[in-house]
Parts: sequence; structure tokens; C-alpha cells
Amino acid sequence: MTKTEAYEKVVKIITPFTKKTDALKTVGEETRILEDLGVNSARLVDIILAFEDEFGIAVDDEAADRVRTVGDAVNMILQKAGA
Amino acid sequence: MRRVVVTGMGVIAPNAHGLDDFEQALREGRSGIRFYEKLKNLGFVCQVGGIPGGVDELKRSYFAEEALLAMNSNMIFAGIAGIDCWRDAGFDLPDRVESPVDWDTAATIGTGIGGVDTLGDFVVPRVNEGKVKRLGSTTVEQTMSSSVSACLGGILGLGGQVTTNSSACTTGTEAIVNAFFQVREGRAKRVLAGGSEGCSHYIWAGFDAMRVLSRGYNEQPERASRPLSASAAGFVPASGAGILMVEDLESAQARGARIYAEIVGGHVNCGGQRGGGSITAPNPAGVVRCVRAALATAGVRPDEVDVINGHLTATMADPLEVANWSVALERAPGEFPLINSTKSLIGHALGAAGGIECVASVLQLSRGFVHGSINCEDLHTELQAYAASIPRETKEVQARILAKASFGFGDVNGCLIFKRWEPDASRRYH
Repeated sequence: MTKTEAYEKVVKIITPFTKKTDALKTVGEETRILEDLGVNSARLVDIILAFEDEFGIAVDDEAADRVRTVGDAVNMILQKAGA
Repeated sequence: MRRVVVTGMGVIAPNAHGLDDFEQALREGRSGIRFYEKLKNLGFVCQVGGIPGGVDELKRSYFAEEALLAMNSNMIFAGIAGIDCWRDAGFDLPDRVESPVDWDTAATIGTGIGGVDTLGDFVVPRVNEGKVKRLGSTTVEQTMSSSVSACLGGILGLGGQVTTNSSACTTGTEAIVNAFFQVREGRAKRVLAGGSEGCSHYIWAGFDAMRVLSRGYNEQPERASRPLSASAAGFVPASGAGILMVEDLESAQARGARIYAEIVGGHVNCGGQRGGGSITAPNPAGVVRCVRAALATAGVRPDEVDVINGHLTATMADPLEVANWSVALERAPGEFPLINSTKSLIGHALGAAGGIECVASVLQLSRGFVHGSINCEDLHTELQAYAASIPRETKEVQARILAKASFGFGDVNGCLIFKRWEPDASRRYH
């Protein structure tokens, strides 16, 4: 799995949880999931579950807590998936 | 004491969505009862029900994808009726993230059973499989009793008291009674009030097991809901939502709002499960006291009531209900007001029933008609004397006073007195 593939899947997973949908037009690795995309903080749980399903990984609470930006999510996934 | 009026309404019912469609459905006697294969496959005795149609498409025009991730059928019905009511009252839908809080509007949206579909389809199977983590973040907000009011409060940015009441089948009417007093006492300018109930076989199963649901009409669903009839064979379970904007008259007039009707009285009580009452049956003395107290609050004499929109579910309690009304109003069969059952068209929407039926009541009062009750061509023998008061076809009637009541498990009663809006009357003290 390339970083680009992981990035595209991450954005696709986060998209339905986004309240500030306009921000998706300029999304990038630096985009903050809660602040910039308006994702309800409780929904991070669902996003992490979706990552686990999509990438076949297990994400512990500590790793999940470190995810702030889209890039954080991509890097965490690549590390867990051993790519 | 403030005067209280209805300035907006929203309804999603098994036979219609929206006020104009609902009026048309009431006028033409359109049944919303359908056969459901799933109920047959699951071994239900009653295989018919009332579920609003087209909601899967409709919901996408009301709610963002993000919001729908955490909305079960109960919340979707409450949301659609609430948004419709809000717009009908003359307000624009606010931006979900950036708009200011409306500190002047409260909401009491009741529900009888709540998010049982979420529990049955999602929570119970996963928890029993030891997969608690797989529940994700959305189950609490869908299964808490206040899910319906919380959901609507967030969409509209409401800053008054946002709450959910629950009193079985009295719920929707009780919500509006509570809102009436809240506004009357000056504790809120406006309250969105009514009831909602989701569609779930898990809700309906317990009633089926109690043998209180319709039997014998699975092949003829539109004939299955038969209040007032000799062949009434249990109620037809239903779902949906009905919500009223209950508003202070001064506030309504100051903003030039359209006024549908005045709420002049209301009361809720309990029969104490004594005197023939139980957790599943009403104490007649409680019903009579409730109706009389509502009239007393309104300053309306029993002989002034023109129309009753009854609870009338199609169980053996219908003749008893009519007898209770007769005692409460001190009006014998020959002088009894018109009485109808909206449930003959939509079934029994449980916690939503009072809300949907109050929308029907106010529509009838404001648009000058009394809808016919269908499927009671064979009136119950104990009701033969009341035949002239039970329209089987819709009548054009300019009624002045309408009494609406709901009764529920727990021996609880709720009654509202609506008055036709007469603009000139606003100048004199009521």
C-alpha cells in the first residue's frame, strides 16, 4: 500500500463524518480532523473502527489519541500495516 | 396568565407527510395501514402496521450525511416533523455549526418506547457477541430517551428547556399540555411540542404478545384499524411524528405569525390504577376528572364542546371511552358532540399518537372540517345511540371548540381544549 493509497482511503473514510464540508475541497495532510473538518470529537471512535476494518489493523487507545490530522492518521496506518 | 396559540405544525404520518397532504388524507379517508411481510415471517399475529412512506429518500433532503450516521427511525420522524413545524411557523433553518442559539424557544418532544430498533438491531447482538468496542460512538445518543428532543434541539439551535416526556400513549398530548402551561405561565415564548415513535417490530412484538393488536385483517390492511366498530379487533401499531409550535400570543402577534388555533385549556392526571383502572386500563373517574379539569382551565362549559378527537384505538375500551366523555361533558347520546378517531386512518402511533392527532385536530378546527372515521360502518352495539355523532364521511363543520384526549398505560390521561382562532377575539380578555 502506498502512502497515496492510504491517504485517499483515509479522506474517503472521514468524509461522511465531516460537518464543514467546504473544507474537504482543500484537505491535505496538515488538515486537523476536529477543528478544520468539524468532525464531532465522539466520532473519532467510529473513524478509528473504520480504519481497523479498511486496513486490517488494530488501533489501541493510545495510538488513537495521537491522531490529530489527516497526516497523523495516514502515518499511523502505514506504521501499523507495516508498509 | 399569557394566552397561548399554535403558530406552526409538522406531521409525518403513515398516510401523509406535510399539512396539505395530511389534510387531504383526512378528508378523503385515506388509510396508511399496510401489510408487512417481515411481520408475517416473524410469526406476528398482527401483520399490518402504519409506517410513513418514502422516508429513505425524504431524509436525505432534511439531514446532512453526517447527522444521519446517528439517527434511528424515531429521530428521523421527530426531525422531519420538527423541521417542518419550524419552517411552517415562519423560521429559517439555521446553519448547523455557525448560527446563534435561539434562547427563546424550548422543545418537549415525547416518545413512548424510544430507540428500540437501535437496541435490537445493533446494541444487543454486538454486546452478546462480546464486541462492545464495535458499538462505536452513536448508540447512546440514539437510545437515550431524550434522543428525539436532543436531535431536534441541535438541528435548530434551541436554547430553552429541551426535554423528552414519556407517558405511554398519552405522551404526545402530554407534551403539548406541558408546553401550554409553560407558555401560559411565561416560562417560554415558544415550545416545539409533540410526540414521535419509531417503526420497529421490536416495539410492536410485546403488544402482539399481549393480544391487543388487530387480528383477522392481514389480508385487508386498510380495513384493519376499526375504532368504534362492532368488529374492532385490536389496534394497528403505527409510527411517525406530529409537532406543534406552541407560542405566546404576544410573541406570535409581534412577529406577525399565522395563528392556527388557540389552546385554551389542558390537563394531565392519573387514575391511580384504582376504581377499575390498572396499569393497562383506565379508571373512569380519572378520565372524567381530566376532561373536566381541562375544561375548567379553559373556562369552557361542557356544552360548548363541538368536536371530540378521541383516543379511540379499536380495542374493547372504545365504548368505555365514549361513555366517559358522556359523563364528563354531561351530554347524553342525543346531545353529544361530533367524535372521530384519527387512528382509523393511521393506526395507533403510541408515543406519537397525541402529537399527530393534535395536528389533525388543529387542522380540522382551522380548515373547517371534521374527518370521517373509517371502518366503523358496523358501529359497536353500545355506541348505536351515538350514531349521529360519529361521522363516517368527512363533514364541513366550522367548529369553535375541539377537545382532544389521549389515554395510556399507567392509567394516565391527557386532555387539551383547542379553540378556533378568531382574530377579533384577541382584543378582549379571555
